[in-house]
Parts: sequence; C-alpha cells; structure tokens
Amino acid sequence: MASTSTVTVPAPGKTEWDGGVSPMNASYGKLMMWFFLLSDAFTFSALLITYGLVRSSHKAYEGTVDAFTFSQAYWPIPEKVFEAVPFFHGLNAPLVFVGLMTFILIMSSVTMVLAVEAGHRMDRKAVEKWMLWTIIGGFTFLACQAWEWSHFIHGTDGGSILADGTKIFGANLSINQYGPPDFAAFFFFITGFHGFHVFSGVMLNFLIYYNTVTGVYERRGHYEMVEKVGLYWHFVDLVWVFVFTFFYLV
Amino acid sequence: MAHAEDAPQVTVLPPDTAKIKKLWTVAGILGAVTLLEFAVAFGVPHEMKDLRVWTFILMTIVKAAYIVGEFMHLRYEAKVLLWSILIPMVFVVWMLVAFVYEGIHIDLARP
Repeated sequence: MASTSTVTVPAPGKTEWDGGVSPMNASYGKLMMWFFLLSDAFTFSALLITYGLVRSSHKAYEGTVDAFTFSQAYWPIPEKVFEAVPFFHGLNAPLVFVGLMTFILIMSSVTMVLAVEAGHRMDRKAVEKWMLWTIIGGFTFLACQAWEWSHFIHGTDGGSILADGTKIFGANLSINQYGPPDFAAFFFFITGFHGFHVFSGVMLNFLIYYNTVTGVYERRGHYEMVEKVGLYWHFVDLVWVFVFTFFYLV
Repeated sequence: MAHAEDAPQVTVLPPDTAKIKKLWTVAGILGAVTLLEFAVAFGVPHEMKDLRVWTFILMTIVKAAYIVGEFMHLRYEAKVLLWSILIPMVFVVWMLVAFVYEGIHIDLARP
C-alpha cells in the first residue's frame, strides 16, 4: 500500500523567503532611517515623559497669572520664563521668540520637502537652491537657540531672592532663578538634545548639498539620499513640535 | 569629446505644480495650527487648565500627523511600513500616562 503524493518544491528564488522581495516597498537605506527615527523617538519620549513625571510631582502655581513671581516652591509658568526677544531689552513678549523659532523650523522643513520633489525630477539646480535654504533655516534656528540659552543662563535684571536671602540670577545645573532646579536641568537636556540633532541635521544637509553640487547624485542616477536625510530633518521638526507644546505651552 | 560622452544624460522633468501646491497647503495648515495654539495660550485663561492642555495635545497630534503623513510621506508608503512605525508608539502613550500618574502621587505623598 504505497501511496505517493507529489510535493511541489518551488525553485530557488521563487518564494518570499528566498530574498529579492521588498514587502515594505522601500529601499534598505530608507527603511533603516525609519527604524532609526523610531528608536530616536523613544529617546525623546523618555526625556519628555520624565519631564512630565518630575513636573507633576512638583507643586503647581495656584495664584493668578498676573501676580506670578518666580519661586523655588512651585513649578513656573513657562510663558513667564520665556518672554524675552533679542534687541528688545525689557519688552515683555511671552513666547514670541520661541514662536518665531517654530516658524523657522517649519519653513526649513518645507524647503526640504521641495528639495526632495526637485530630486524626483532630477532637477539639480532646484535641489541646490532648496537645500541651501534648508541649511540657512537650520543655522538660523541654532543661532536663535544660542541666544535663548544665553538669556536663560544669565537671567533677568531683577534676579530672584532665595529663602536665606541670597540673590541669584539665571540658571545652571545647580541653581535656578525661575523655579525648582529640575526645571533648568530639563530645559538644558531637552532643548540641548534637540539642538544637537538640529546641528547634526545641518551637517548632513551640507553633505547632501555638497554631493549635489559636485554631481554625485546626477551620476548615480537618483537623489534618494536627499529623501533619507529629508526624513531625518522632518523628524527634527516633528520633535520640536512636541517640545514646543510640552515645554513651552502646557 | 571623451569628456562629453562620459557626462550623464539627464532629463530634467518640469515641476509638478499640483504636488508643490499641496506641500504649501500643508505648510499653511501647520502655520495656522501654530497660530491657533497661540490664540489658546493667551485667549483661554490659565484657570481652565484641563481645556488648555487637551487642546494643545490635540493640536500637536494634528501637526504631527501632517508632518509624518505628508512631509515624511508615510501616508503613501506600504501599509505594513506605516503600522510598523505607528504601533510601537503605543508604548510611549502608556509610558506617558503611567509616569504622569506616578508623578501626581509622588506630590501627594510628600509631607
């Protein structure tokens, strides 16, 4: 009673497990950029969530907004801390400067996506133009951040008086005129880590710009590198959207 | 002559005006939502804390969706790629809820 059944064995290279298939329909480099960005999103989430933990474990300010003064006893209202604008000393303009920084970063994201669009069309001149605008936008953002850090570190004209009578100005990792020392620590770590990402992004953008100008991508026949670095640049913008909400607005 | 033969033959296509217009529309939406956030920051009194916070979170998610979906092109990628990026974000949401809840209770437990 020998029974036989035929088993069809597909030839090598014919099944999904033999390679040569891209279920995600994206190139290796693009896929790896996506998964890197996912892991980077976890890092930024960890920082922002720790901020949420520490902030919610401090007393919130109870009085009216107009009567607000800096104190070590409660967490400050962010718009009372970030209210200065360069060249307008003494002007009370809450969140105006940080709004400008947000606008600059969103605009540089737009110029980046226009560079990607130009790359799809193999339009070298247009890629050069839009990459240059993106680099300028990134540098402007970094310059704004440098000013903001400098102002935060040096403090306001009046400073704050501690319980023991000492007067302190500005903030560093151990003292903070605006509120609990943790507030300054998170400002430095979160905006600093983001600023470092912007800086690396500008460097990568410059590399792409250089390769475009020297015709590397034209010889290669595609501008996929612009897309990959574009993904990174948009991610930096995305993180700023969250930092802006959770650090400056909430 | 040899040099001219080596140079790549590149056909530059005309700008895709419909696509570019769409990108500027997205930029306009991002700008408008940011202005709306400012309106809430200075229009809604601080006493209505929950309303402020939830509006901010909602508007941030709207902006994030436009940046990831349109600028990063994720909306048009294969669905398996889209979900491999979005589903792990569940952990972030849970971590946020758990840690903020924890923080509130640290405050309550302080003498």
